[in-house]
Amino acid sequence: MPAVALRGLAKRFDEKIAVDGISLDVPVGSFFGLVGPNGAGKTTTLSMATGLLRPDFGTAHILGVDMWQDPLHAKKLLGTLPDGVRLFDRLSGEQLITYAGLLRGMDRVTVAERAKDLLAALDLTADAGNLVVDYSAGMTKKIALASALVHAPRVLVLDEPFEAVDPVSSANITDILKGFVASGGTVIISSHVMDLVQRLCDHVAIVAGGRLLAAGTVEQVRGGMSLEERFMSLVGGRHEGEGLSWLRHS
Amino acid sequence: MVATLLRLKLQILGNGFRRSPWQIVGLAIGGLYGLGVLVFMLIGLILLRGADTELARTILVLAGSAAVLGWALIPIIASGIDMTLDPQRFAAFGIPQRTLMTGMALAGLVGIPGALTAILSLATVIPWWRSPQEIAAALIGALLGLAGCLLYSRCAAAWGTNLAASRRFREIGMVLLIVPIMFIGPVVSTTVQGFRHASGDLSALASALSWTPFGAPWALPADVAVGDYAGAALRVVIALAALAVVMWLWNMAMVRAMVNPPRVTGGKRSAGKLGFFNVFPATPTGAVAARTASYWFRDPRYMGSLLVVPLLPVVLYLNASRQGHYDLLLIVGPLVAFLLAWSISSDVSYDNTAFALHIATGVSGKADRWGRVIGCCVLAVPAVLVLTLGSLAISHRWDLLPGMAGTCAGVLMTGMGLASVLSARYVTPVPKPGESPFKKPPGGQGLTLAVQGLGMLVLLVLCLPQGGLMIAEVITGNHVLGWINLVAGPLIGAVLLWLGVRIGGRDIERRGPELLAQLIKNG
Ligand SMILES: Nc1ncnc2c1ncn2[C@@H]1O[C@H](COP(=O)(O)OP(=O)(O)OP(=O)(O)O)[C@@H](O)[C@H]1O
Ligand SMILES: [Mg+2]
Repeated sequence: MPAVALRGLAKRFDEKIAVDGISLDVPVGSFFGLVGPNGAGKTTTLSMATGLLRPDFGTAHILGVDMWQDPLHAKKLLGTLPDGVRLFDRLSGEQLITYAGLLRGMDRVTVAERAKDLLAALDLTADAGNLVVDYSAGMTKKIALASALVHAPRVLVLDEPFEAVDPVSSANITDILKGFVASGGTVIISSHVMDLVQRLCDHVAIVAGGRLLAAGTVEQVRGGMSLEERFMSLVGGRHEGEGLSWLRHS
Repeated sequence: MVATLLRLKLQILGNGFRRSPWQIVGLAIGGLYGLGVLVFMLIGLILLRGADTELARTILVLAGSAAVLGWALIPIIASGIDMTLDPQRFAAFGIPQRTLMTGMALAGLVGIPGALTAILSLATVIPWWRSPQEIAAALIGALLGLAGCLLYSRCAAAWGTNLAASRRFREIGMVLLIVPIMFIGPVVSTTVQGFRHASGDLSALASALSWTPFGAPWALPADVAVGDYAGAALRVVIALAALAVVMWLWNMAMVRAMVNPPRVTGGKRSAGKLGFFNVFPATPTGAVAARTASYWFRDPRYMGSLLVVPLLPVVLYLNASRQGHYDLLLIVGPLVAFLLAWSISSDVSYDNTAFALHIATGVSGKADRWGRVIGCCVLAVPAVLVLTLGSLAISHRWDLLPGMAGTCAGVLMTGMGLASVLSARYVTPVPKPGESPFKKPPGGQGLTLAVQGLGMLVLLVLCLPQGGLMIAEVITGNHVLGWINLVAGPLIGAVLLWLGVRIGGRDIERRGPELLAQLIKNG
């Protein structure tokens, strides 16, 4: 049974077909990368998989539980880092993690312990009492990640988790996620950074224009090339020649 | 150096004209207007020569104080009004502080308001053109007054920009805007009444002002004219002391602005302060309650509603005391209950896309709804209790206590019940997190009006049982009605609240993703 199984997911916004029938299996215990150009439909796909956006067509199962038939059960298994939504930023960082934990029905002592561990692991201890609204972009990303981890989910779905995060914190987050996968958890990340995906992930899917172009283990998908080259050749859109000649000074 | 700064200011003024001919038109209109004011005032000052000392003093002190106060307040109201010589822009050049401050203060003279103030200040010598002592005193007074205008406005502007750089002060400022808005009515009516029998009051006001830094310089020549040299000396001391204090304050603001890069937020606060999260039970409902309760004290959009609680009774009290009808005060309890309950009717819209957390965690609709109701109660219950008891005490109507208690409890619960349904069903455009509570978001005015207006109407109808019983009790004086209200009011309210939470909770669970999609669309 796959950790996440998408079947024929599709979503249209007015005239724009954002996701055009994506079917995908994410095996349990995999570190899965979802890559694609801007506007490919990554965020839309992940939102439908995590119960934030109702699909027009198709189904999403989390460890065999239908997200849109039994959302409460499915969401218990999931930790979600959505992209492009605000946080309850008038809470302090510590309060926000606590809030996420308590909303999940955890008890006070466990939440407090884990909040402390997460803050330390993500280098946020010194700012734990400051309001999230005063955090930098990278700190905000990290506190959102912490809120997604606090209930020890079986599957993590992270939309651009490394955006704006400094290299030290990136390395720390990478260690956390690798440890999570090693212990049997499943991680799905979306990213634009091919190097990172190639280094981190064992499985990868390439989407563009709302369709799935390739999926499988990283080795299968890149087929001898670097992932970046493979991505370019699949997606296209590289401009050959002399674009923006006026920008050149000699 | 000071001259360079002044030239810079003139040049900036001139460059503005080159950029847009409309600036010249603006200056011409401003200049003509200023010229008119100047001529008018000069004629007044010349006429004042014939008037007796007392009258001249009253008029000069009032007009002078108004001018100084205007200079001091306008930068605060229209913050950043003239930032062409913003100290932060000079931070990189290493100009000595003293030079920079002198230059900035004198730069205030460049431009129509500055020139006008300078000429008119010096022209206050005209009425006192009677003896050398009076002329000297008038000149000293004029210079002190002019210095006040320039320095107070610089100091106010410096602190204004300084504080505006910090989110906390900016937000407190936004919220406090509601104070003048609420008091416009009472202030206008009192002033109008005051003017009706007032010319004696004006001279009293003038002599009071003449002991403040704003009026002291302008009273100087009159003191000398009547031979009160001790008074004159004291006023010089007042004016100079105020200038010294303001210089010091301004200097402090400048140092802060130069040293701190803009947008420095407060120090680091470490973990361990969970606030309301330690107060409420560790359940999803308790968490939502703790979060919303925190927001009442941290989010300017909620703090605005919060501020109504102490202000409304004051406004009502002023009104009641003028009419001598303290029974009018009794409306404050039910009214505040109504307003505070109503204030959670756009709760999900206020959450904005942060609401995604509720959907991602799959929190039950019941927990979401009850949590918000309880969070609101943290504030609403004590506020309504205090205001109701206070209004009963002031109006000596303890006989209405049972009916009043029933009405307030009923209205509060009914209101929160309806709000629980509305906020789960409609996403209305509201100010975004961090925006001013008074900002009217563009678009969707129709929907907002419909939901808010119709919703309030529905709430009024739903509150009819309690309100009707209360009014009937007041009119007939039959206190049995009050006792009925005490039982029936909360009972009806509780049923409606329970129903509202049920319906709203079901809606949240069924249509949560659709609500979120709408919130994302509204941005
Ligand atoms: N709420 C919405 N309303 C209308 N159109 C939308 C909405 N959300 C997404 N779209 C459109 O759907 C398409 C896919 O968007 P999506 O955010 O899923 O892309 P993405 O792959 O996450 O891109 P990026 O890499 O830039 O994050 C885009 O063309 C976008 O304009
Ligand atoms: Mg995206």
